[in-house]
Order: sequence, then structure tokens, then C-alpha cells
Amino acid sequence: MDLELRDIHKHYGTVHANRGIHMRVASGTIHGILGENGAGKSTLMKVLSGYAARTSGDIFLDGRAVDTTTPAQANRLGIGMLYQDPLDFPSLTVLDNFSLGRPNRGGGLNRRALAEELTRLCRDFDFDLEPERSLEQLTVGERQQLELLRLLSLEVKLLILDEPTTGISTPQKEKLFGALRRLAAAGMTLLLVSHKLEDIESLCHAVTVLRQGRVSGEMTAPFQLDELVNLMFGTIPAPPPRGAVASGEPVLLLHEATAGGDRAGLGNCTVSVRRGQVVGLAGLEGSGQGVFLRLAAGLAKPVRGSLTVLGTQLKPGDHHGFRDAGVVFVPTARLDEGLVGSLTIAEHCALTEPHPSFRIDWQGAANTAAQRIARFRIQGSADTPAALLSGGNQQRLLLSLMPARPRLLLLEQPTRGLDLEPARWIWAQLRALCADAATIVFSSAELDEIMAFADRVLVFYNGSLVRDLDTRDSDLDDLARAIAGK
Amino acid sequence: MDDLNVLAVLAGVLAGASPIVLATMGETITEKAGLINLSLDGTILLAAMVAFLVAHDAGSLGLGFLAAALVGAGIAAVVGIAGVYMGQSQVAVGFVLTLMCRDLAYFLGNPYSRIQGPRLAPLPVPGLERLPLLGSLLFRHSLLVYLSVAVIATTWWYLYRTRWGLELRAVGENPQAAHARGIDPKRLQLLHALLGGALVGLAGGAFSLGIKPGWGRPQGAEGMGWIALAIVIFGGWHPLKVALGAYLFAFLQVLGIPLQSWWPSVPAQVFQVAPFPLMILALLLLGLTQKDTLQRWADAHPRVRKLLRSIQGRAPRALGRPYRQE
Repeated sequence: MDLELRDIHKHYGTVHANRGIHMRVASGTIHGILGENGAGKSTLMKVLSGYAARTSGDIFLDGRAVDTTTPAQANRLGIGMLYQDPLDFPSLTVLDNFSLGRPNRGGGLNRRALAEELTRLCRDFDFDLEPERSLEQLTVGERQQLELLRLLSLEVKLLILDEPTTGISTPQKEKLFGALRRLAAAGMTLLLVSHKLEDIESLCHAVTVLRQGRVSGEMTAPFQLDELVNLMFGTIPAPPPRGAVASGEPVLLLHEATAGGDRAGLGNCTVSVRRGQVVGLAGLEGSGQGVFLRLAAGLAKPVRGSLTVLGTQLKPGDHHGFRDAGVVFVPTARLDEGLVGSLTIAEHCALTEPHPSFRIDWQGAANTAAQRIARFRIQGSADTPAALLSGGNQQRLLLSLMPARPRLLLLEQPTRGLDLEPARWIWAQLRALCADAATIVFSSAELDEIMAFADRVLVFYNGSLVRDLDTRDSDLDDLARAIAGK
Repeated sequence: MDDLNVLAVLAGVLAGASPIVLATMGETITEKAGLINLSLDGTILLAAMVAFLVAHDAGSLGLGFLAAALVGAGIAAVVGIAGVYMGQSQVAVGFVLTLMCRDLAYFLGNPYSRIQGPRLAPLPVPGLERLPLLGSLLFRHSLLVYLSVAVIATTWWYLYRTRWGLELRAVGENPQAAHARGIDPKRLQLLHALLGGALVGLAGGAFSLGIKPGWGRPQGAEGMGWIALAIVIFGGWHPLKVALGAYLFAFLQVLGIPLQSWWPSVPAQVFQVAPFPLMILALLLLGLTQKDTLQRWADAHPRVRKLLRSIQGRAPRALGRPYRQE
């Protein structure tokens, strides 16, 4: 199915996410949509799949103008989309998820026929999905495989994949790419959204690059990567300089620590982190990094084993005790665990005042807020509620609220969802802190980030610490294999 | 207690539980779709009053029950439209409706207070009623009791064996994902609020035309709506476990009668009120099963773990959160 987009605009409130996008995709090809976070890729795809209604513009399929204002309409036209965060139902079974959303109306449900279809598709694509298992027991990659099979069983002709390689293992990715090449060869049109050049390079026939809501360029294979990077960022970023690895006294000691949480928990973890180090935690999401950070922050209690922080055995689970000792934890869910969405920047400053008086000194809070806004270059004013700040500015606010001299800094995916520039700025600040003898432990889904900023990397797989490496003498491939459990 | 007495108590449980069963099944359906209808207590009273009034004036029990179901669906429609389509707080709307419907029932029903009216007669099943033991236990009830048992089975079948039931559970879990698959979450929530509300209305009719016949202040159904809401949580939003909870509550209520004759020195009010705190205690115990320490202990004991899994239940993930399109 040939696709043409003409002058697509999409507004979210005051945000102009797509600013007049033109694009053509030929039938039977894999077309890449490349761009940094926030370039408008996902928005454009949601417009196409009917999940979000466009503000203006036209969509043509095989030369015919069509309307996709609801997913139901788009489904009928043969458009299906694999969303970035799987849009499925974790508490239901695999078969239930496969059965949901079929176009023929009526109350009946032929479970046996559906189960047979699922098994047949699984065999075709060499996927291993048990129909009666609960979706909660599946990995993100398996959930994606299921969603792909579901869309295929609906006989979609145009398949959209939004960042399909996020959070899946290397073998799963290879399997997925194999399936996608097969589908394109069979005449299906595929749109692959990604911010990873390697994905685009290995899979796509042509690519459209978006930047700040506009098309910044197009290219057909073979791609000139330098040129693509230029189209994405404008200028090519250089990696930051790195000093020698510090090795002071141990600040975080875990001895055979075991704790529950996440998908896999954390089992028998023994590790020692020294003062001044920057340690990256790598692994698929939910492999134990989150539990590790929460143990070290005093938010979770070990079931077995011991934990020594900053030379003292603090009471496990006593987060306030850990804080007083100089441990700072910055969670990934900024609005859920870190900030209060409806409170303003000044109110956050008043809340985190180290020696609060009963009557709030609003003048003082406003002054503190103004100082922090200036120092951390936050785009907002003292009376802006946290929820109205962009992701990057929320992260800056969180960092600005940290106690003055942290000794152990625990960060969960500190640059998740941020553009490259803000991410680098945040890292510059963090490295400055580290030079000040603070220790940083952070988790990240992006290996590049860990390789660029960490001195040492701990790889987690299925709740265990499986690899402990120096980032200077290990390569990406080796790490990728460790993350996938090989 | 001799055999006859045990049978009488159990038959009484089956009959006495029928309104609560209807109300809890209705609320289970509504909440599985992600909507909380908190107006149950007021709805039951208003529907009870209307059912009695219509049945009395029209001389037809059928019309009485129909009117009760319509009242229930009507009140649920207010919760549904305000909560789903207008994005208002379902809890606030439901709570206000509870208070309003209760007062409305007392006010409008005043002329019908303490007068004689029609009531549902037992309808023994021919043949089966003469079975030893089972006959008097199961087959000498009114139509309503048979209906309440059928509603349990139908609710389970509907939720877990039909496509609409699957879509309903999906919307209660993740309305965004349901929307992405071409399901209209708002329409589905409203329709099931109406269906659930109609069942709650029938529960009201079951009180005033069945087990507590007539109308008055108090009617005798006060507090039942709140108990029904608690039982839905107790049963972990699973129709069969919810029904079990409803029968447990009815059993505690019926038990008061023989207990009172055994210990005449204890005031009668103690036995009347006892089921309510006992229900709360049961809820607390159920809450304990979610404790991490208990879960870990159970993980080491496979049999306990199985038992624990079977009594655990989790609320529909999107319960009470209105769906908004991007």
C-alpha cells in the first residue's frame, strides 16, 4: 500500500508537535522515520494510526484520500501500529490479548480457532508464546512479538513500529528484524520509527529524518551516516572528556544481598563501590537495577545479606536515615516519585528546605527558587507548577533540589526521555559533583550513555549481577551479549 | 442443632442472600469495566420503594421489578455520564447520589409506609421439590432466588467466556490500549454501568417485594449497599468469589437467630450488628494476604501459595480513572 502524507500538523495544547510534514512511502518497502527524542516521530505515527487526531493535513493511501481519526477507522483501512510502550493488558492471558480488538462485531468468541491461529503464526515466525500464560510473565520482547502476530492476523497492509528495539534482547531483535524483512518482501509497507542509526541502517530502504516537528531531510539506502546524524542534530556531538578512575574508601558494600521487587528481584548480590567512582547499571528493564538502587537508597529492605553504606550499617529500609547520612536518590518516574506535579518550583524549594520553620518563608523560598532556576537553567519561573515543565526541565529541577553535598548519588535513568543536549548538560553537572568526591551510581537503558559517562559497569540479568567491568577496556558487543544473558 | 434446623438455616441463607447477590454482581460488572458506582446504598432503597409502589398500584410484581431495574439503571446512567463522558469524580457523584436517593425514597415513599402489598410467593420446582434434603434446601424458593443463582453463573460466563466480557475486562485494565484496538471505552463503560445498575435496582425490588416485604422507615435494607461494595472487594472482583462473600454475609446474618436463642442474656442488637464488623475483619485478613512477608513465607510452601493465590484478587487497574483521548 502506497502512503502519502501532505502537510500534517498536530497541536497538543500549546505544543506544536508536527509542523507541516510531507512524506511518501512506496509499497513493499521498509521506511525509516529517524529523529531525536521529541522530534515528533511518535506523534506523526499516532496521527496515522488514528490514536491521536491530527489538527490538519491529508493522508492518502494508494492515491485515495482517507480519514484516520480513530484506531477503528485506521484498522479498517489496514493500518496497524506497534506502540513504543506496549499497549496491551498485562493481567490478561496471551490468548485474551491476541483476541481483543477484532473488527467483526458480535458477542461470540471462538477461543479454539483463535488459539489455533496464534499457534500457527508462532510456528511461522519461530516465536514461542503459550496461549494460556499470563502476559505479566512475558518479557517486553515477547509482548511485542504477540502484538506483531495479532496485527498480522488482522491482515494489516501498513505496519507502523514505534521504537521496537527498546528494551528487547539482541536475539529477540534479530528475530524481529528477520520477520520484518520477510513481511516487506511479501508486499507489506512498513514504517520503522527509531532514534538508533544502527536499526535504520540494517533494515530500511529509505528514511525520512525529522527535527523539531519538521522534515529535515530524506535519503535512500545506502545511507551516509554522517549526513543522517547532521540531519538529526544539526551538529555532530563530541563525547565528554573523562578523568582517571578514582579509588577511595568503599562507600557502598553489599554482601550476598537478596531483595524482592521489579520483575526478577535481586539475588545474592555482592559488590563494593568506592568513593569517587561513577558506576553504570546496565541490563534489560526490571533485571534488578531498580532493586539495587532502592536497596542502596534505603527504600527497600534486604531479605538476606548485609548492606553497608558510607561505612556504617544503617537500618535497612530507613530512607530518612540514609538521606541524613548523605545518600541521594533520584527516581526515573519524575512526576510519580520525585516531584509533586501541582506544586510550583518555589513550593518545592520550601518543601526541601533543610531547616524548615513552622511558618513558611515564601520570600526566602522564591529567592532560592530564582537562584536555582538561574544556576540550573530551568525554563520556568518560581510559580510554574512542576507538571507544566518539560521532561528535561523537570530533571533539572530534581537535581537542583538535591542536598548541597551528596556523598552517594543514586540515579535511575537520569536522562530518560531527554534530548542529547540537555542530557549532556546534566552529565556535566553530575561529573562536577563527582570531582567533589561524591560517588554516582546510575542505571540506564542506553548502553552508549553508560559507555560515555561511567568508569565501571555492572550488568544485571534476571535479578543477578552477571558482569562487573571497567568501561575503558570493554566493548559494546560484549556488554550487549551480557545484557541478553549470554 | 438437628438436621432440620441446619437445612432451614442454609435455605434461609440462600434466600436471604439473593438481593445482596444481585447487587454485588451488578457492581462487579460495573467495576470490572473500570467504573465505580458508589450510589448502591441509596439506589437499593429508592428502587425498593419504587418497586413496592408500582407493584402495589399496578397490582403486578413483574412491573414492580421492571420499575426497580429502570431506577437502578437510571441512577447508574447519572454516574456513568458524569464520570465517563464529563470526566467528573465518580466517587463524589456516587456519594451524593447515595444520600439523595435515600432521602428521596423516604420522602416519596411516605404515603406507602406500613401498608399491605403484594409479595413474591415461593415457587417450588415440580418434582425436584420432593427430593430428600435437597428439595427443601434448593427447590422451594421464590423465583428471585433461582434468578440470583442464575445471575452468578451468567455473570461469570459473560465476563470470562464471551467477547464482550473480554472487552469489558480489557477496558477496566487499560482503556488506552482498548481504544487503540478500535474499542470505544466510554460507550462500553456506560453500557455496563447501566447493566450493573439494573441488577442493583433488582436487588432493591428483591428487598421490598421479597425478603423484607413492604415499605417503611427503616425499610430493613439500609447499609446493604455499603456491604455489597465491601463484598466486591472481598471477592477480589471475581464473580464466584464475590458470590461466596455474599453468602458468607447472609450466613452471619441468619446465624444471629439461633445464637440469640442460645444466649438470651446477650442483647439482640449485638447479633444484628455483628455481621458488619465481622465483614470488616474478613477484609482485613484478606488484606494481610497481600503482605510481602506472608507472600515470601508462602513462596516456600507450595500448597499455602496455591491457597493464597486463589483468595487474592486485584482491582481492575484503571478502576475509577476516567479515560481521556489524546
